[in-house]
Amino acid sequence: MSLKAGPFKYVGEELIANAIRLAALVAIAGIVLIFLFVLKEAMPVLFDKAVQQEATVAGYFRGLDWQPVSDLPRYSFWPIILGTLKVTLIALLFAVPVAVGAALYSAEFAPVWLKEAIKPMVEILAGIPSVVLGFFALIFMATFLQKLFGWHIRLNAVNAGLALGVTVIPPIYSLCEDAISSVPQSFREAALGLGATPWQTAINVVLPAALPGVSAAILLGMGRAIGETMVVLMAAGNAPQFTFDLLQSTRTMTATIAAELGEVVFGSAHYHTLFFLGLLLFAVTFVINLVSWSLFDRLMAKLYGAKK
Amino acid sequence: MKRAASINRISDRINIGLTGLATVLIFAILVVILGTLVAGGHKVITWEFLTQPPREGMTKGGIFPAIFGMVFSVMIMLIAVLPVGVSAAIYLHEYAKPGHWLTKLVRGAVNNLAGVPSIVFGLFGLGFFINFLGRGLDASLGKETLFGQPCILWAALTLALLNLPMIIVATEEALRAVPQTERAGALALGATKWQTIWHVVLPQALPGILTGTVLVISRGAGEVAPIMFTGAAYFLPTLPKVPTDQFMTLGYHIFVMSTQSPDIEATVPIAMGATLVLLSLTIALNMVAVVIRTRTRKALRRGR
Repeated sequence: MSLKAGPFKYVGEELIANAIRLAALVAIAGIVLIFLFVLKEAMPVLFDKAVQQEATVAGYFRGLDWQPVSDLPRYSFWPIILGTLKVTLIALLFAVPVAVGAALYSAEFAPVWLKEAIKPMVEILAGIPSVVLGFFALIFMATFLQKLFGWHIRLNAVNAGLALGVTVIPPIYSLCEDAISSVPQSFREAALGLGATPWQTAINVVLPAALPGVSAAILLGMGRAIGETMVVLMAAGNAPQFTFDLLQSTRTMTATIAAELGEVVFGSAHYHTLFFLGLLLFAVTFVINLVSWSLFDRLMAKLYGAKK
Repeated sequence: MKRAASINRISDRINIGLTGLATVLIFAILVVILGTLVAGGHKVITWEFLTQPPREGMTKGGIFPAIFGMVFSVMIMLIAVLPVGVSAAIYLHEYAKPGHWLTKLVRGAVNNLAGVPSIVFGLFGLGFFINFLGRGLDASLGKETLFGQPCILWAALTLALLNLPMIIVATEEALRAVPQTERAGALALGATKWQTIWHVVLPQALPGILTGTVLVISRGAGEVAPIMFTGAAYFLPTLPKVPTDQFMTLGYHIFVMSTQSPDIEATVPIAMGATLVLLSLTIALNMVAVVIRTRTRKALRRGR
């Protein structure tokens, strides 16, 4: 090709190819820089003696109090880790059956026209900004549920968890639907040919075949739930207390950063602690996503042989 | 035997019905959320509400500065994310060798970037753009504080990085839909690789890229966590003029008016109006994306 093109053309061609390669490197640079700079701001917790007077990594996992603004600040991560776990668990308990059920329905049973209507609907649900959902949960849903169940505390882990569930239904649904749809038609034909009913085929043949993908979808949803900020910041009540009671006001890791970073003194132990919390959040979601994607790759390898 | 078959048929109906119910539930959730927010907010929205600044300690007046700031920041975000994202996708689909380590690395980075929590992007924006780049620029320019503070530029760049995976994935999907024979045809006629991409591949991928752009605008307009510490302001008496000014924006305004206000009774209605405006905007954008996508799919089917 380059033989036919003139020499000038060839130079331009190379320049463009390099510019494009550079753009692709921005994605790599992005993820590396995120890690490095959150780490950089979290570092003093590990090495700065003055900061360590107030906050240490060992201290984060001792005690049960998160009281950063007091005469004797205490930075135990446990209440906010527990808060994150509670809210995430509720979100998944709600979202997984709904999303997986709907994915199974649209991949296996829905007529084509309905299938074409479900996808845009889920996309629109996914497009609702989380601050809007947070507002809905804060103003309307909390009041409604409080009246319905007679809650003592209006904003609690259940309220936030349900709203959070709505934000993770779309990603779980989409990936699940992909996984189930990619199971080869021959699997279904074989099962139906042996006399299985459509439901038996779906639940005993198709779903097990798609299982790595379905697990990947659930993990992806879990990563999203742990990392989501605005919904939990607005709907969970924001009291960082260590309790297993789901109807108490609660606070997650993300909400802690969002609520406190705005008022923190730059360079203080509290400031660096919030970055350390962010680093932890980054690490946890990074690992979850990695496992999720490798599971999905495994599904593709299982269904279509080693190469994707 | 016959009885077993009829029991099977009934249990099939019930089970399939349950999965159908899950689908209906998603639809119901969407309808309830939209219905409630429209019912709550539609009375607040007037021409004045959309075109006036807040008054009397934000308890009255409109949301114009928040709309203005949102548009301003989304535009800068687009200028940053579009060329980079589209180019990266072109690299992945047209230039990269499929099994090469660099290709895998770029793909891995895109996937992981998509999973980074939005609040971590906010931390990154503060640590990198403001504390490192901004202060570095100020020091080398000998300025007091110009870049080393939260502003539209840094918030928009943080949003751009957040949205990079979305535009890459959408563009790559669009490129994948262009038949390989089109490329072969152009190359066989003597076009260079870039000529083929520019004159043959990209025009056909344009609707897909447009879809991605629309979705990125929608997401950029609604994200709050990444901009809280990188540029968004509680209240500003004047509109921002340059990218180094702070800005008010719709999403943050909703958060402030519904949780941070000293007079919640007075500000919640304003937050309701702002919510409905933001919701209408994002839904309209998402519908545009759905329409473009459906049309493209139909056109593709006709073409084959």
